[in-house]
Amino acid sequence: MIRVVLPFHLRNLARVTGEVQLEVAEPVTIRAVVDALENKFPVLQGTIRDHSTLKRRPFIRFFACKEDLSLDPPETLLPDEIVNGAEPFLIVGAMAGG
Amino acid sequence: MSKVRVLVGTKKGAFILTADGKRKDWKVSGPHFAGWEIYHLKGSPADPNRIYASQSSGWFGQIIQRSDDGGKTWNTPGSSAEELKGPGGFPKGESNKFVYEGKVGTHKWYDGTQHPWEFKRVWHVEPSLTNPDVAYAGVEDAAIFKTADGGKTWQELSGLRKAKGNLWQPGAGGMAVHTILLAPKNDKRIYVAISAGGCFRTDDGGKTWKPITSGLKSQFELPDPDAEVGHCVHRIALHPSKPDVLFMQKHWDVLRSDNAGDQWNEVSGNLPTDFGFPIDVNFNEPETIYVVPITSDSLHYPPEGKLRVYRSKSGGNEWEPLTKGLPQKNCYVNVLRDAMAVDSLDKCGIYFGTTGGQVYCSANGGNSWNAIVRDLPAVYSVEVQTLP
Repeated sequence: MIRVVLPFHLRNLARVTGEVQLEVAEPVTIRAVVDALENKFPVLQGTIRDHSTLKRRPFIRFFACKEDLSLDPPETLLPDEIVNGAEPFLIVGAMAGG
Repeated sequence: MSKVRVLVGTKKGAFILTADGKRKDWKVSGPHFAGWEIYHLKGSPADPNRIYASQSSGWFGQIIQRSDDGGKTWNTPGSSAEELKGPGGFPKGESNKFVYEGKVGTHKWYDGTQHPWEFKRVWHVEPSLTNPDVAYAGVEDAAIFKTADGGKTWQELSGLRKAKGNLWQPGAGGMAVHTILLAPKNDKRIYVAISAGGCFRTDDGGKTWKPITSGLKSQFELPDPDAEVGHCVHRIALHPSKPDVLFMQKHWDVLRSDNAGDQWNEVSGNLPTDFGFPIDVNFNEPETIYVVPITSDSLHYPPEGKLRVYRSKSGGNEWEPLTKGLPQKNCYVNVLRDAMAVDSLDKCGIYFGTTGGQVYCSANGGNSWNAIVRDLPAVYSVEVQTLP
């Protein structure tokens, strides 16, 4: 089971509290996790990736095991700690004021 | 006694202000969608309990929200409790999808080069005058979309961008369809205004559009001051009893047209400055119009630090300042293009919001003003519903 932490506003949109848990078939890549997330919570379509291009939105970051994977290709395999649920995959709103 | 419901979009959420017809004692609810930018929300004339809202964020993109109970509860369209019964019943996302039709194409960028169209947000939602499930969305980058299923899905009326869209370019606030006027008693006629594309009209329900800019002059903004497209139109307005009479606040200049936009004439008259954003028409007096003069395109605040609404009872040219109840010193707020509205009571109520978070109401056609609220986030839009 993959654990995913969402930012405050996306938790509210998806109507969840705390972490979400996803079944993701191997190989567990960045794209596979976001696909599974959007499949389970359709309202998140377009909030993390562009509807058409499926490119990561500019102010969204992907963190895993203390590494920033935001610029890595979507096919990037996630670390074992994410795959076995020991660590969560973090979807983060980039730091900015306002 | 009639009631009014004022819908306020701000930089950090939506607020709903309600009062009876006296418009003295107000209840405030909100923030709805706290922390999100609410560019606009508007109720359906055909069903006042149906309200559409545009919720957006630089981080998370565009969300469309809908209320079917006058703003008490909200759902993304297609995601009411009834519609989500059963396993996997999480809110749907199709209602947030705004995809340009066909080949995306390019428009003029700030530096004059061509730049691909990129959807950013919905600036304005205009519900149909007769069908609560039909609404139009004006978006950035400039285009118009239509829903016929209560906001669950949106389709572009791409004929608009064929009206020389490659020559439109963004202003300081971006490039957006910010005004949509639906002609009363003619469901095939729609007007839109675009910063900075100009003003356009369709007479076939949105299939084809033509620029309606004859008479506009933009000598400091465009290399050809009389160009057919590219003018920075800030707002247009009409009165439902005179659908061929249009009023316009352009970047500079206040204008009117008496033939559905085919020809415009300047009516700035004795205004202290004719730069500004909103313009609106008194519901009971089709020739009484309101603007809020702003110092200049470089100084987006009222002249001399005095917040003054100007009223013309002659459809332009002759203007009087309305100051009673408005700050007359040290006021440096702006009033954005979608942040003025009128109710349909007698006497007509005029409402406007400021970037300083005040929402002002005049219950007597502008003769005097009171602040309903003073400390909201920057106000992006104000709409009002007159309820039985």
